[in-house]
Amino acid sequence: MKPDLTSFVRFLRVYCRSPLAVCGLIGTVLVLAAALFAPLLSPQNPYDLMQLDIMESRLPPGETAFAGFTFLLGSDGQGRDMLSAILYGLRISLIVGIGSAALAFVFGTLFGLTAAYIGGRTETVMMRLVDLQMSFPTILSALLILALMGKSVGNVVLAIVIVEWATYARTARGAALSELRREYVDAARSLRMGHRNIILRQLLPNCISPLIVLLTMQIARAITLEATLSFLGLGVPITEPSLGLLISNGFELMLSGTYWVSLFPGIALLVTIFSINLVGDRMRQILDPKAAQR
Amino acid sequence: MSNPMLEVRNLRTEFGSEAGRVTVINDVSFALERGKVLGLVGESGSGKSVTGFSIMGLIDPPGEVTGGQILFNGQDLRQLPEHRMRTLRGNRIAMIFQDPAMTLNPVLRIDTQMIETILAHETVSKPVARDRARDALGMVGIPSPEERLHAYPHQFSGGMRQRVAIAIALLHSPDLLIADEPTTALDVTIQAQILAVVQRLARERGTGLIWITHDLSVVAGLADDVAVMYAGRIVEYGDVGTVINQPRHPYTNGLIGSLPSNNQRGTRLRQIAGSTPAIAQLPQGCAFRPRCTQASDACLIMPPQTEYDGRLLRCFHPVTHGKAT
Amino acid sequence: MTLWIIQRTLQAALVALAMALIVFLGLNLIGSPIETLLPPEATHEERLRLIADLGLDQPLHTQFFLFLKGLVQGNLGISYVYKEPAIELILSRLPATLELALFAVLLSLVIGFPLGLIAGYRPDSFAAKAIMTGSILGFSLPIFWVGILLIMVFSVTLGWLPSSGRGSTVTILGVGWSFLTWDGLRHMILPAFSLSLFNISMVTRLTESGVREAMSSEYVKFARAKGLTPRRIMSVHVFKNILIPIVTVVGLDIGTTIAFSIVTETIFAWPGIGKIIIDSIAALDRPVIVAYLMLVVLMFVLVNFVVDILYRVLDPRIRLQGE
Repeated sequence: MKPDLTSFVRFLRVYCRSPLAVCGLIGTVLVLAAALFAPLLSPQNPYDLMQLDIMESRLPPGETAFAGFTFLLGSDGQGRDMLSAILYGLRISLIVGIGSAALAFVFGTLFGLTAAYIGGRTETVMMRLVDLQMSFPTILSALLILALMGKSVGNVVLAIVIVEWATYARTARGAALSELRREYVDAARSLRMGHRNIILRQLLPNCISPLIVLLTMQIARAITLEATLSFLGLGVPITEPSLGLLISNGFELMLSGTYWVSLFPGIALLVTIFSINLVGDRMRQILDPKAAQR
Repeated sequence: MSNPMLEVRNLRTEFGSEAGRVTVINDVSFALERGKVLGLVGESGSGKSVTGFSIMGLIDPPGEVTGGQILFNGQDLRQLPEHRMRTLRGNRIAMIFQDPAMTLNPVLRIDTQMIETILAHETVSKPVARDRARDALGMVGIPSPEERLHAYPHQFSGGMRQRVAIAIALLHSPDLLIADEPTTALDVTIQAQILAVVQRLARERGTGLIWITHDLSVVAGLADDVAVMYAGRIVEYGDVGTVINQPRHPYTNGLIGSLPSNNQRGTRLRQIAGSTPAIAQLPQGCAFRPRCTQASDACLIMPPQTEYDGRLLRCFHPVTHGKAT
Repeated sequence: MTLWIIQRTLQAALVALAMALIVFLGLNLIGSPIETLLPPEATHEERLRLIADLGLDQPLHTQFFLFLKGLVQGNLGISYVYKEPAIELILSRLPATLELALFAVLLSLVIGFPLGLIAGYRPDSFAAKAIMTGSILGFSLPIFWVGILLIMVFSVTLGWLPSSGRGSTVTILGVGWSFLTWDGLRHMILPAFSLSLFNISMVTRLTESGVREAMSSEYVKFARAKGLTPRRIMSVHVFKNILIPIVTVVGLDIGTTIAFSIVTETIFAWPGIGKIIIDSIAALDRPVIVAYLMLVVLMFVLVNFVVDILYRVLDPRIRLQGE
């Protein structure tokens, strides 16, 4: 079950049979690269107030800045270059999205695997907790948590982890239940491997594929959720604007015809989420045995 | 055999996959007269069910019937447009399937599923159709049919569900009934009952029966003719007595030799060495060659179907005496 | 069936009670509302008086009991911001939100279901692939951005549809409804569509996989072997089977849709409970938050209850188990 090179190459080959999925993969890589190299790609540092000039506010795309570069995507209400703001905003969005999804993945998966492994009444109680968490609309819980704790990048991550962990727990438990019937778990038990060893070394690797698919999809969801929270004004603080907050800032300007301040961050957000979802959907097609038969 | 009800000539069905095209059944020919029973015998994957679905015209993409003729009462079914084929299906040609738990729609009542079959082919009033449905249930031995019409499939046992399916298939007294392993999923005692019901009703109606099975012993007591399939081709085809008493193809011979009743107590059960080849990677020539004790270099070419000792045989080295090797 | 309904009602009541406890405890976690309520220059005496007024000096279980009593009497306190009884405030805004959410759910069925049927019926066709890719796109579009785009295109640029408010309403049973006037309907189209986009994708995908599964099933094969027309097979055999999961998921999704109307209402200035709750959360207006949450809880329990009953009506395998 260890991921070796040949099986990875085979996976990649099957993956590439869908041109759209390849587009998604390329999009994802480009978005990640853009976020990673934002300081190199941006004509200005959007956080450095010294570089901004209010005289240059709300310029349409294509105008030239005093500093010499071109506002490829226009400027916002403070004279900030939109391209730079988007690249830096992408960083925040991705950090929050990936970070919160990864944390929720770790916690939820361990929770679900442990519940399945212990079984009995404890499992029932643990899974009731999961049901309860999942029955409550995510956006509502996240809003309440943030209202409680205040705005900060860390708090947004925490809020998303709290509302999303249950999904992983449910999937992990489902996968683990069918794995627990297999002989190797009995074998491991009879060899007196520690519980932690069995869960992490035996159970986890065999349940990983549906979880990886879920993780991909949930990263996209987490990015959307963060953007929504920020749009509503309860997400990241104004000093660290994510794509959602940029869109929110442009919302009022838009009605007066300054469309680019809201439109371009939105497109960046859409490309990011759509690319990741395309990758996730293709992985699901390949890894989900039920979908693979078709 | 002048003008049989069904005559299949050189039927060929292929399935396309990402790896390429695969011929699932190839050069399959047989004939069936009214009121007669043909046993179509083979292991899973030998193409026997695909043969049945090909006749029904129910091969879905990526599968396709690519060659041959299916003459039904003198008319080639392959030439019929789909809407004409549909008027035959369930009417002149019917089919029952392996698993009675899956064939009936779980969320529709039995009467709905029966009446719609009648109305699909005849213009009668609903009450009339209902009465006929009730009578049909009685005919297959379902007690108190009037009440059972209101039931849902899950309220029946497996054997009873298969009876319902049989009743539906025989609603229009078809000329041909294709039974695709209808007893495999059932208990042994129920198997015998179902077998008896189908046999009786088919005989009463003069319905020709194609009984698809992997169980030679079922065929021995039921069929007039038997066709043994291996890897998509008929390897031996003839009168059931002739073929079973004196099998000439090494595969048929092996099948019969491995029947528990033909083995002595205390000795090891005989079996055919090796396993069925994957249909996508058939060996060159005779597909049975790698498992065959008689194989020679001649077998690297596909043997033609020839008349031999009162049957059609596809083998260069017929088994010389009826004894199992 | 009667016994089952009684059982189910008791269960629902228990769930509601449990949820009330959670809401209550969660609110205690939010912390004391005192700081928000008192002016910074308040004296210690004023402070103590307020604490006593709000019953915050009582032990926790007494507070919970008082909370339940208030809940039953329909009294959850006065909004700190609006100075109105919280429940009345929420209830007066509820019809607008309900109307919007139900319209959005209806839209998702009307659009998503046929799309899913097409995609599932011919899964290899170009149309099917386009629809399935479109549904991923639908999943990927954040609700708020769709709303902004819709306003930009249909209100600002084309000027076809209004971008805010409810328009004129017709009063029935003492509440105003927008969907009964042409003007109100026009106001509802954009917010409802942006709210339903996610659900459209979900219904499409659910229908598609349902149709595919049903089409490859043995019972459809048997139905075809019976000589039924494709139309009969689709509209009776397939339809009845895929209805069950769709009703379940869409039904349970009504709660989520109501929650997400927070976003839509903010963008389109729709005067529903979503707009109020976002302001109240920001201002930590406790009675209003409590009233809203309890409403969501009750709605959640109610929807579950209805879906459960529908489920029984639709699926004979479950319906007849008890008999």
